[in-house]
Amino acid sequence: MGELQKNTRFEHLLRLADTNLILGHRMSEWIGKSPILEEELALTNIGLDLIGQARALYEHAVAVSGEEDNRDADDLVFLRDAPEYKNLLLVERENGDFAHTMVRQMFYSAFAVPVWEALTRSVDSEVAGIAGRAEKESLYHLRHASEWILRMGDGTEESHQRVQDAVDALWMYTGEMFDMDEVETAAFEAGHGVDLTAVRSEWEKTVREVLTAATLDYPEDCWMLKGGRTGKHTEHLGHLLSDMQFLQRAYPGQKW
Amino acid sequence: MVSTPPHSDAEDRQALLEHARAVLDQVCDPEIPVLTIRDIGILRDVAMDDDGTIEVVITPTYSGCPAMGMIAIEVELALAKAGIDAHRVSLRHSPPWTTDWISDDAREKLRAYGIAPPKKGSNSKRALFSDEVITCPKCGASDTEKISEFGSTACKALYRCRNCREPFDYFKCI
Repeated sequence: MGELQKNTRFEHLLRLADTNLILGHRMSEWIGKSPILEEELALTNIGLDLIGQARALYEHAVAVSGEEDNRDADDLVFLRDAPEYKNLLLVERENGDFAHTMVRQMFYSAFAVPVWEALTRSVDSEVAGIAGRAEKESLYHLRHASEWILRMGDGTEESHQRVQDAVDALWMYTGEMFDMDEVETAAFEAGHGVDLTAVRSEWEKTVREVLTAATLDYPEDCWMLKGGRTGKHTEHLGHLLSDMQFLQRAYPGQKW
Repeated sequence: MVSTPPHSDAEDRQALLEHARAVLDQVCDPEIPVLTIRDIGILRDVAMDDDGTIEVVITPTYSGCPAMGMIAIEVELALAKAGIDAHRVSLRHSPPWTTDWISDDAREKLRAYGIAPPKKGSNSKRALFSDEVITCPKCGASDTEKISEFGSTACKALYRCRNCREPFDYFKCI
């Protein structure tokens, strides 16, 4: 097991943090618009968990990168442009209707649970600690989204159609999650990362179980879009960032 | 230069450390004021470094817990009020906090306060669809129903008792 290069380690942490942050921000966009009060609480609480996980990772990434990089966690969040963001494409997809949001959440949480679980064995004890808690939180998110998919899929004709449309529309963004590129491979081999090909089989099993229980069709193999982890994003991320970063861009250095 | 402290100095250091520990044992959780941060397992370590600075280690409960900043401030405030100015508070993520760290005594305090305490040891369960039985903290009946998986704070879910008809918080198990 070789030492992981500092910049690869930073990059790997950034990918994890960015994905959680962007999905957390998407959840915050539901504030004041949720279908029922309980979901208002649920969506914002899920967002809070995700942003909390991201924050711990950013702070650790900053500590790892050391003196060469004097950016703090806030700088990473508010002062990077879209090509510097390394989140998965799936999580930057717009919220759409409630079915879209729940399917996106289920797809991501079904991936996050085994990823965090594997990261509890990271040689980096700080990451292992963050992962230990995040795994249980993700499990809670997965259960919440799965129960809604079951309710909608096995509900009315319209709710069934909406959730099936969401599954079909988001499917092409799921393949990227399991891509073992250079960074992921190096991180895994050094004991910092996760074997994403092993995660894939667990993800497929979970997703199949939820969709089957919800009387939904499991999509057929199709072409998968990728690029998020290397900074190639869809147009949605730029709009998200312009909203999220507005205050710090317009009034640099402002604090609460 | 490092020299061996005289006997009385070591005793002073020990007394100061114990004083700091006693002070911190009184700091309450801002969201659940019936519990101290020691009861809930947030306060992980109180030690003293070579130059006499009190080192306090706290651990976050839920990743997104908005009370962590407040808790760090309350720790600093409690030490400052007790005249202990040389102190440092740091956040540690490893090992991760779990509801299993909440003491039995604290569970009873939660129940008396009207919050159903988290189940012990069930946090590793991987069920996709939940069927947990939560006992009503008010009347003790097990005929309860979940109203919302997410409640008034990040660490709680909302339930209702079908027996006494009272709604209550359940401390989520992680």
